[in-house]
Amino acid sequence: MNSPSADEMSCQELVELVTDYLEDVLAAPERGRFEAHLHRCDGCRTYVEQMRTAIQLTGEVELASLSTEACETLLRAFRTWKVEGGRGIP
Amino acid sequence: MNDTVATAVESDVDLVAALRRGEERAFLQLVGRYQPSMLRLSMTLVRSQAVAEEVVQEAWLGVLQGIDRFEGRSSLKTWIFRIVTNIAISKAERERRSVPFSSLDAGDGPAVDPARFRKPPDPYSGGWLFAPRDWSAVPEDRLLSRETLRCVATAIGALPLNQRAVVTLHDVEGLTAAEVCSVLSISETNQRVLLHRARSRVRAALERYLESGQ
Repeated sequence: MNSPSADEMSCQELVELVTDYLEDVLAAPERGRFEAHLHRCDGCRTYVEQMRTAIQLTGEVELASLSTEACETLLRAFRTWKVEGGRGIP
Repeated sequence: MNDTVATAVESDVDLVAALRRGEERAFLQLVGRYQPSMLRLSMTLVRSQAVAEEVVQEAWLGVLQGIDRFEGRSSLKTWIFRIVTNIAISKAERERRSVPFSSLDAGDGPAVDPARFRKPPDPYSGGWLFAPRDWSAVPEDRLLSRETLRCVATAIGALPLNQRAVVTLHDVEGLTAAEVCSVLSISETNQRVLLHRARSRVRAALERYLESGQ
């Protein structure tokens, strides 16, 4: 590991830019610095992988479902709306 | 999706037209299509199942009352989510469970604990002192277990309201950044700041969980 030069991105800077990187909104020069850093830093590559895993797992969070009672209330609400709005065949 | 399925599933546009004519089956199809997402969004915003269900109920009433004014400039999903979010946020704020939605909670900390980085005069200042560990060694069945997903859900539930809304819409519901901005009436920059904070916290929670050796 060489001592970093002034224009190199530090690990601490990189972790704050991960979302901009993953969302692909980093400007070209910054993206270059980001990728150059990733190329030589195991810790940051692991960090970015962990963020990808976290995002993937977030997408797997389970669906909640509405209770039967709530569904029936909805259907009543629809029928009231329909009658009051004078919709459909009279 | 194959052609048979594609033709069997009615488009949102067709369902909206049918709903305007007062067709109950269109309403039921829309409920079937959007209810799970609406409830999930609502539950992350208000935290209690009972209140979340109220929000969804009210949102459907809002959909019915507003369907004639829906112009299709945004997708139906975005429009419905905006209704859910507005109702949920006003309830959540009334319950004083959260800071006002508009505040960007600037006091929020960095993505990673600063103690994990080297400090000056270390020549590698800003570099990892305690680098993250590779999770590829974690067995797949543990990584994708119910407990791990519960850890993620708990971490999301502990986020400030605005971060919770953004991460749910973007990473759970799969809305694009532009759609999230439209639903929540925030700028793209704010959207990304909130998303970044939320994801960073979820990652940190996962790290604590996966590396606790349970």
